[in-house]
Amino acid sequence: MENANIAELDAVSKRFGNVMALDEFSLAVRPGELLALLGPNGAGKTTAISLLLGLQLPDRGSARLFGLPPQSIEARRGIGVMLQEAALAPELRVYEQIDLVASYYPDPLPVARVLELTGTAPLARRPYGKLSGGQKRQVQFAMALAGRPRLLFLDEPTVGLDMQSRETVWDMLRRLIADGCSIVLTTHYLEEAEALADRVAVIAKGKLVVEGTVDEMRALVVRKRITCHTRLAIAEVAAWPDVQTVTNGQHGLLITASNTENVVRRLLAADEDLHGLEVQSAGLAEAFTELTQEVH
Amino acid sequence: MATALPAMPPSRVRRAYAVEAKYECLRMLRAPAFAGPFLLLPAGLFVLFGALLFGSAIAKDPKAAAFMFMGFSIMGVMGPGMFGFGITVATEREHGLLQLKRALPVPPAASLLAKMLMSMLFVAIVMATMAAVAPLGHVPLSALPMLYFSLVCVAGSAPFCAMGFLIGALASAKSAPAFVNLLYLPMIYLSGILFPLPKSAEWIAYLSPAYHLDRIALTVLGAARYDGLLLHIAVLAGVTVVCTALAVRRLSRHG
Repeated sequence: MENANIAELDAVSKRFGNVMALDEFSLAVRPGELLALLGPNGAGKTTAISLLLGLQLPDRGSARLFGLPPQSIEARRGIGVMLQEAALAPELRVYEQIDLVASYYPDPLPVARVLELTGTAPLARRPYGKLSGGQKRQVQFAMALAGRPRLLFLDEPTVGLDMQSRETVWDMLRRLIADGCSIVLTTHYLEEAEALADRVAVIAKGKLVVEGTVDEMRALVVRKRITCHTRLAIAEVAAWPDVQTVTNGQHGLLITASNTENVVRRLLAADEDLHGLEVQSAGLAEAFTELTQEVH
Repeated sequence: MATALPAMPPSRVRRAYAVEAKYECLRMLRAPAFAGPFLLLPAGLFVLFGALLFGSAIAKDPKAAAFMFMGFSIMGVMGPGMFGFGITVATEREHGLLQLKRALPVPPAASLLAKMLMSMLFVAIVMATMAAVAPLGHVPLSALPMLYFSLVCVAGSAPFCAMGFLIGALASAKSAPAFVNLLYLPMIYLSGILFPLPKSAEWIAYLSPAYHLDRIALTVLGAARYDGLLLHIAVLAGVTVVCTALAVRRLSRHG
């Protein structure tokens, strides 16, 4: 059977000393999708990316890139990479940095085109060492695109970017996906994953907690949140069916419930003076927090 | 099954090597703190000692003039390789650039060859400046021997590049300059290339690649016996291969 995955980790384990960074971890990147890799610090995201990039070898299991070992140069000619920490030569100008990376690929984009697409043309002749932190991230993003990659690895691509630059990156990522490029993104900005990802994989303690679409993630956390100002006592509300937790918050009583409609009806019936009523669905942030907490 | 990926034409592979080398040289030439001392120091010291301080004495002793000229030239050969490799590799390793390059489809050995070419370019410039100031120090070398000597020095920079490479692969960015100096300075003094060693301590010089390069240069210029040439070449080739292999092994295991 043909393997349609662009990249995959198959039951990989990786240990560093006493720390099990990944434990029987599997992940697949499909053609034309943006997969967001989420997890708390130390969850194993960077190790997973390192194995996919061939920077490390798994102790057990296997890693494949375009069906090849990730260490093979042929496989790496299909990827673009933006790592979180890479201090490039400060003496080289921005267009030289892009020209250098483009030279590694069989059919790269012209440097001028990369500069134009990523909004870095005004920086082209400036030495890299003279750029601000955000500008450096923009240039690193431009370098990742230079080789017309079919799979792009982006590690925290928008950290340190202003809103306008972040929008430029997001637009570019949407265009790349539309053109059939696959993207693996790690981010701490959950709204970034929510806005861009086709699929989300949540890692905690080296294990895959769950993967699915953003909607599927939200659905996993069925609770909704009700806030209101009421004279009802916490203990009274907590005893009602469908109510899971009740606390006093900044904006009044904070109730989490599995069936919000029933609880809201009962609240309104029990307290005619109730006001400031709000009902919120769990966002990706709540889903992420809850899912990763369950592992601890 | 492997997904079809575009093949890299050989012309583009060659271009990748050339572009890597071009930017490696450019970045080092643009770093005045690195380029200045290594390009100007050997010629400056030779002018100071060979012309200004001891010029009149050396004018009467062509052998002493050649000895001093070779000593400062070989000092100039050692610097770019040892410091250039040692410090840049350690910095690139520590700051994640080496890791990025391992993730990117950089052709095998392109970075290594680029750095080696950069060192050789620096050595060629050093030799050009040394040749330019040679008449001030009464050096008895005509154009052709000077060219041979320069070519020996350019080729002879390889073991110093390899030693720098190994230090860069092992040391942190902060400690690399100290480790390079720890090797560089004793090697200059204990190889006898600048100051003759006492008879009882001459054996120390055999441990120094600088001594062996000096002997090769002397042989090429007809000032030393030919029969030891192969041994000197073997020592320098051995240092180059062993240090490079250890550095590559270390980097492939630990990044």
